[in-house]
Amino acid sequence: MSPVVGKPVNRVDGPDKVTGTGRYCGEIVLPGLAYGLIVGAAVANGRVVSIDETAARAAGGVFGIMTHRNTPKVANQPRLIPSLAGQPAPGESFFPMQDDVVHYWGQPVALVVADSEEAAAHAAALLDITYEPGVPVATIADGRASATQAKTLFGGLMPATDERGDVEGALAAAEVTVDATYHFAANHHNPLETSVTTAQWDGDRVTLWDSTMGVRASQLTVASLLGIPLSDVRVITHFVGGGFGSKAMVWPHVTLAAMAARHVGRPVRLALTRPQSFTSNGHREEQEQRITLGAGRDGRLTAIRHRKLSVTSPFDDWAEPATGVSTQIYGCDNYLGDHQLIHGNTMTPTFTRAPGESLGSFTLETAMDRLAYELGMDPIELRIMNHPPVDNHGNPWSSDGMADCLRRGADLFGWAGRDPTPGTRQEGNDLIGTGVAGAGYPVAFMMPVQHARARIFHDGSVVIQTSAQEFGIGVTTSMSQVGADGLGVDMDVLRFEAGDTDLPNTTSAVGSMGATMQSSAVHNAATTLRNDLIAHAVNDGKSPLHGLSPSSVKVADGRMTSTLDPSIGESYADLLQRNRLLDMEALGSWTPPGMDTPHGLLTFGAQFAEVAVDKDLGLVRVRRMTGVFAPGRVLNPKLARSQLLGGMLWGLGQALLEGNQIDRQSGRWALNNLGEYLVPVHADIPDIQVDFVEVEDDVVGPLGVKGVGEVGQVGAAAAIANAVFHATGRRMNELPMTAEVVMNGGGPG
Amino acid sequence: MTMRPITFFRAGSIDEAVAAVSSHPDSAFLAGGTTEIDLLRLNVVQPTLLVDVNDLPLTYLEDVDDGGVRIGAMARMSDVARAPRIVERYPGMSQALLLGASEQLRNMASMGGNMCQRTRCSYFRDGQSPCNKREPGSGCSALTGINRGHAVLGTSEQCIATHPSDVAVALVALDAMIRTIGPDGTNAIPIERFFLRPADTPSIEHPLAHGELIVAIDVPALPVARTSRYVKHRDRASYEFALVSVFSAMRVDDAGNVAELRLALGGVGTVPWRAHRAEEALIGRPATPENFAAAADAEFADARTTPMNEFMVTFAKRAIVRELSEVTS
Ligand SMILES: Cc1cc2nc3c(=O)[nH]c(=O)nc-3n(C[C@H](O)[C@H](O)[C@H](O)COP(=O)(O)OP(=O)(O)OC[C@H]3O[C@@H](n4cnc5c(N)ncnc54)[C@H](O)[C@@H]3O)c2cc1C
Ligand code: SF4
Repeated sequence: MSPVVGKPVNRVDGPDKVTGTGRYCGEIVLPGLAYGLIVGAAVANGRVVSIDETAARAAGGVFGIMTHRNTPKVANQPRLIPSLAGQPAPGESFFPMQDDVVHYWGQPVALVVADSEEAAAHAAALLDITYEPGVPVATIADGRASATQAKTLFGGLMPATDERGDVEGALAAAEVTVDATYHFAANHHNPLETSVTTAQWDGDRVTLWDSTMGVRASQLTVASLLGIPLSDVRVITHFVGGGFGSKAMVWPHVTLAAMAARHVGRPVRLALTRPQSFTSNGHREEQEQRITLGAGRDGRLTAIRHRKLSVTSPFDDWAEPATGVSTQIYGCDNYLGDHQLIHGNTMTPTFTRAPGESLGSFTLETAMDRLAYELGMDPIELRIMNHPPVDNHGNPWSSDGMADCLRRGADLFGWAGRDPTPGTRQEGNDLIGTGVAGAGYPVAFMMPVQHARARIFHDGSVVIQTSAQEFGIGVTTSMSQVGADGLGVDMDVLRFEAGDTDLPNTTSAVGSMGATMQSSAVHNAATTLRNDLIAHAVNDGKSPLHGLSPSSVKVADGRMTSTLDPSIGESYADLLQRNRLLDMEALGSWTPPGMDTPHGLLTFGAQFAEVAVDKDLGLVRVRRMTGVFAPGRVLNPKLARSQLLGGMLWGLGQALLEGNQIDRQSGRWALNNLGEYLVPVHADIPDIQVDFVEVEDDVVGPLGVKGVGEVGQVGAAAAIANAVFHATGRRMNELPMTAEVVMNGGGPG
Repeated sequence: MTMRPITFFRAGSIDEAVAAVSSHPDSAFLAGGTTEIDLLRLNVVQPTLLVDVNDLPLTYLEDVDDGGVRIGAMARMSDVARAPRIVERYPGMSQALLLGASEQLRNMASMGGNMCQRTRCSYFRDGQSPCNKREPGSGCSALTGINRGHAVLGTSEQCIATHPSDVAVALVALDAMIRTIGPDGTNAIPIERFFLRPADTPSIEHPLAHGELIVAIDVPALPVARTSRYVKHRDRASYEFALVSVFSAMRVDDAGNVAELRLALGGVGTVPWRAHRAEEALIGRPATPENFAAAADAEFADARTTPMNEFMVTFAKRAIVRELSEVTS
């Protein structure tokens, strides 16, 4: 039996999903189930003056209505901290329906529970709510004057400023400078499954089926808000219909579902509607970034100044960090990165695929392209020349691959011989251009110890458990592969069980860390059990392997054999049965190296795009894309390719289509459905090529796995924007690059 | 999403359908439901009685007056789009249908329903914002709000909502006739009079009495339409309403002059926009890019724009010039 890690194994849960037997959290059927529906505020700033429930209560089928007047007060409001840290992780440091104040449009002001979804919706529409509205400030345009320098981001976890050397001096002395300002529209996640929680109480204990990227984060947050022991909160999630960050933090509706179930004395399912998913689980914030590069004529960067201005909620200093990659992907002695915030009438923004690096890299990588033109250098060579062997602290990369990704991508894409002159290729009405961008995404070791359990039964079948969530990434499949190889059994005899806080804990699968954390814990559990079994055999007088040194025993297909004489051996099942052991199990744990590990920690990649730009109408279509990435060990190339390709498509959407803005009069998001918030459809998707550069990494865990969830998105939009410049000679300073942006020359400048 | 108790009635005959709706003040016809059910769930329309017209014998497509076609109101968009007589006689209309919505929607959506589809203005559709079309007198949020996709032609101080239909653009160019049966008998309405500009009453979109049922759309014979075309420009490659669309049918005579022209625009007007001024400017004149540009300028001379939709004028003019130039060459 050869190892299955690294093989393009099909999804083990594919049949369950396709046939509908896999139950998502909104499909859990419980006796007496009631249906909750949130009513969101119809103003973005102000006060609830009155709520008349008469008509709603009379509508029929209504079990209860919660408002700020009867909603229990939360026991302990935790501060926002990313769920990766393994602590309570509310999406915002705020819980609604505690008083009559409205801070943002769509903030829950009431919750109706009824005997059907339809009855709840009908009653909700009949609630007569009056407001005393204030003037909302929710956009950069309205809030610019009130912007302040942030001190820390992410609930204090990260400094908001990153400075070294003398940027101003270096810029003044630079032989060449590039200066650009960008405006980026907000993005919404829009997974296919909107968030949903089903809550059921049994005495003092509550079980939540929650569509989350972290069951443990839900458990910690709900227990804190309700003031009950962790042991009384169980969170289960077996299938999640996508997250992209919208389910990375724990939003108020999760706890509201538990409160509602207690309020009506029945299990309650609380699902966000599609429009509510635009106002209930965060977004990528509207932002402006400005970057100034200084360089020598030889192309060496001497200074980078990278600043961001964005809108956050009244409660939290949240900004997706823009400078995590620009501070380290290219070597530069003089650096300043900082973040300014406007506290406005929005909910707290949140992680959105490739949080921070997505737009931070767009800014950096389009600026690098400008610099390449200023210098008359090839943009690939400029990047390779500036990419250092060490990070900004002088620590060597745990593994690199950046230059190889660029070179391999250039080969695959056919970069050689490209005429860099903009506006020289035309086909019919289309101007054709090509562009490149580098990509990097941090490996963030913020999480606590990770655990998994491996158990083998005396018939040789195996269960591997950890609390990981399957939200479409294929964790069920890849962890089955890791477990099978670790233990030395066939995948067919192994079941991977996950998505339950009763199982050994792994942290929220966010920040591209899921595969690293889970594979490390699962690998350690499986190999620990293998070692225990071997030890048992060599110490067992009745075993044919008795007396051998454990290191001279190997395992394949559930059978231990002597490395010296393959005819000597026995199966795990024989060993267990003979010893009347019904099963054996082992816990595996993995302690991440920590944020201060002396290594540079980025996952690298390179992106290429070819575009056709309608010369008169400004419409951009992407013709082909190539992405090459170096994510360490690839557990399953089929799954990894899907992740990376999905990320690249996200980049395409962000480049050309995706953008939401807040209506300045009402403070309401302009778009709240998939008919108007445009994401790419099949007809927009070009030929896409994904490839890997192999790098070995012995820092990021026993298997050397870096993530693939985010890095595919990084740089994709920049490659497209650089291609648009090559096609048209116009620099794009605004996302999405809609027709008018391209027609009018690219945005703010 | 909202859900209200509703009475559902499946009409067995045209008379029954007309009687059911006209005798009930809060009622509406239900055809494919792709607009009606959407808006009902969004709480934008609140009928308490829905009269289903799917059983009525109105799915036909038949020939009328040497070369014209009569399209039953319940004919589905997808069927009409692929009907050989439409593809041959009015290819631009077939293209307009196929570029609308998605195949799934087109299989449900009826031609009569398409004529009555409502604007995609997000303030109209949110069921809450001030909107003169949804709630007369409440104001127009779009005027000073987010109006990138709003109309630049045929607007008023009361409403700037774009008419979203594609096929209606073809039909206004083809001088189609809307046939109805209402409480007061039968009626035939020339299509350009069927679509009302907002003026002071944006909530009134058609000259239909309550309970008046569209039974058919007549498309007259028009030889030049055999080479008609429809192009639809939009942000994404498929499944989106038009930024700007152009229907054209043109004949250039041997001297190089425009002998016949039908030109209509989608995405820019409060109604499906027949480009009468451009047609007048071109008929009898040389079919040159300069004249096309002058005609496009004439069409948009009275355009009223906002900072967000200003680009639409340039965009639309360029789209017209390109389309006519391509047809000529
Ligand atoms: C996501 C989406 C995308 C779309 N994209 C496009 C597009 O790109 N281009 C385009 O042209 N359209 C588009 N549409 C609109 C679609 O074409 C219309 O919804 C459809 O044509 C309406 O027909 P229906 O039979 O479903 O009407 P219904 O929804 O049943 O009815 C619509 C209205 O017409 C009334 N009505 C229906 N039949 C009659 C009749 N015979 N007489 C009088 N009144 C009647 C109803 O009472 C109702 O008010 C899109 C729709 C959706 C949902
Ligand atoms: S443009 Fe028309 S439909 Fe839109 S808000 Fe104004 S009045 Fe309403």
